[in-house]
Amino acid sequence: MSGVAIRKINGRGVYVEGNDIDTDRIIPARYLTCVTFDELGPALFYDVRFDEHGRSKGHVLDSPERAGAEILISDNNFGCGSSREHAPQAIMRFGFKAVIAGSFAEIFHGNCTTLGIPCVVMDDDHRSELSKLVTNDPALDMMIDIEQLQIICGNQVFPITMKESVREAFLDATYDPLDTLLASGDKVNAVAEKLGYL
Amino acid sequence: MGLNLYQKVWNDHLVRQLDTGQYQVFMALHLIHEVTSPQAFGMLKDKSLKVAFPDRTFATVDHIIPTDKQERPLADDMAEKMIQVLSSATKENGIEFFAPKSGAQGIVHVVGPELGLTQPGMTICCGDSHTSTHGAFGCIALGIGTSQVRDVLASQTLVMDPLKVRRINIQGTLALGVTAKDVTLHIIRTLGVNGGVGFAYEYGGSVIDQMSMEERMTVCNMSIEGGARCGYVNPDQTTFDYLKGRERVPAGTDFLAAVERWRSYASDSDADYDDVVDISAEDIKPTVTWGVTPGQAVSIEGCVPDPNDKDGLEKTLINDALTYMKLSANQPIKGIKIDVAFIGSCTNGRLSDFQSVAAVISGKKVAPNVRAIAVPGSEKVDREARELGLHEVFEEAGFEWRLPGCSMCLAMNPDKLVGDEVCASSSNRNFIGRQGSPKGRTILMSPIMVAAAAIEGFVADAREVFDLEGAGV
Repeated sequence: MSGVAIRKINGRGVYVEGNDIDTDRIIPARYLTCVTFDELGPALFYDVRFDEHGRSKGHVLDSPERAGAEILISDNNFGCGSSREHAPQAIMRFGFKAVIAGSFAEIFHGNCTTLGIPCVVMDDDHRSELSKLVTNDPALDMMIDIEQLQIICGNQVFPITMKESVREAFLDATYDPLDTLLASGDKVNAVAEKLGYL
Repeated sequence: MGLNLYQKVWNDHLVRQLDTGQYQVFMALHLIHEVTSPQAFGMLKDKSLKVAFPDRTFATVDHIIPTDKQERPLADDMAEKMIQVLSSATKENGIEFFAPKSGAQGIVHVVGPELGLTQPGMTICCGDSHTSTHGAFGCIALGIGTSQVRDVLASQTLVMDPLKVRRINIQGTLALGVTAKDVTLHIIRTLGVNGGVGFAYEYGGSVIDQMSMEERMTVCNMSIEGGARCGYVNPDQTTFDYLKGRERVPAGTDFLAAVERWRSYASDSDADYDDVVDISAEDIKPTVTWGVTPGQAVSIEGCVPDPNDKDGLEKTLINDALTYMKLSANQPIKGIKIDVAFIGSCTNGRLSDFQSVAAVISGKKVAPNVRAIAVPGSEKVDREARELGLHEVFEEAGFEWRLPGCSMCLAMNPDKLVGDEVCASSSNRNFIGRQGSPKGRTILMSPIMVAAAAIEGFVADAREVFDLEGAGV
């Protein structure tokens, strides 16, 4: 087993508006000169949050009442662009445990899954409603239920979707697939031999 | 019903279905580089694992290498460290490393094809989204994250869900001055930056059939900007002619046998597709971006859009893009002043890109307000360009001819925009801050359009600036 099963995620949300938020924006390239991911948390959305002198621009992520929020909400095609795993690493190390969006770019989605960060898909109407609730009340708690595919927030229940195979992987704790992949060495060698790669 | 290439390559490389319903798929070729791979070696070490198929793994350095001087140690300590970590990891694990000054270093997506490592029917992966480039040879070529790099190093396999396949037919004949870059920008503009989510793109039709391998690489390269997981072209005689005689390609009767195998991967004539899109070559004009995503593009004859034509979030996004780019609604795209011109990258840093520009800039001068750089995609491209004297043509026109690397595409090396400079760029992304300054502005276009902008000092129509017919471009 690669980790613990992820069934439910509780926490407060923060809404970062915008379609097509790319991984360069999530983590600017200059933070990629590193040989470990350890220091990436504070660099999340850096150029959106700070000016060239490092002064806060008053971004929602830096609002004191949002400190410790665990669920990041955004719009469509979140995480497009570069394949850099530094992006979900920064999101995770900043403290987020899940991302809700209208849709996700696929490499980003794959990277998040391996790290145990569920990418939760929510349609425009429901997401807009949830974003409003969260924006109006920073203290509002929500619960993402991966088993039931719903979000409970206040007295409301919102439907969500996930790729079924990925949902399975969260529920049976195989989202980090390395051990699973290593368990079939003989079959891998057989394919390699058949194709002349050995 | 026949099969398409994606299905054939998938079936051949499939190891097994997992309990979750996902699949384990063998990777025929794994390319690694200094930015996304060193951490993966660390993860392997933590688990006391070895590289499973070092002979199927190749490394080079491209993102962080400076293009003005590459003497070691590099001025940037962390960049130097990244190269050293990669170098020692490859040595430790028996992986071939195309180091700087080896004669084979370059942008990973230029190096793989030119050495002949990239071959039809392969599954290829690399910790870089533009791995889709290799699809030009009829491969499933995937950009992956670092944890997946770890998975491939340790097992030579990836966990995957099958993609849908969209056939994109581009029929007709491209007009003079319309290049592969314009084709890809046009596709992205038409289908949207997330239009390809869930799909592999199969490019075909007479326009693709007539393209060289380098042009096909430009098209496949930007599949990712259209949201597709990968893109490919079916292998044909153009593919085989390109591969013949390359260093890592079988020779003699082995080559003939390989061609037969490669040919068999091409989509069957009665193959099934999840979607088909038809695009007419006549509709494609020289295309440039005006905004902050590659889909925010317009014909060089057109104008910047008006946010008031849209509602809601879409309106906000256009407004935000115009504010960032410091452009006005309805402004003609032609005439926007530029500060920097960049020709290079994995999209347009191959020999033919520099040949086409050299053919038109000879005898012309870069505008005095423009800093212009030409960056070959690899040491081999640099060598061949120099043999043809292209570097002199560029230098005489006022370009700097640089050493190979990713350069100004992505701001991980000293080549960066300053302040709110505007760059006419042959690269692939115009995201906010992409070229190194949080206020820098990128306008994507083809290499000859970059050259036209460099000469005029503003975004210009290459068809008006150059005698393209006379130059044979």
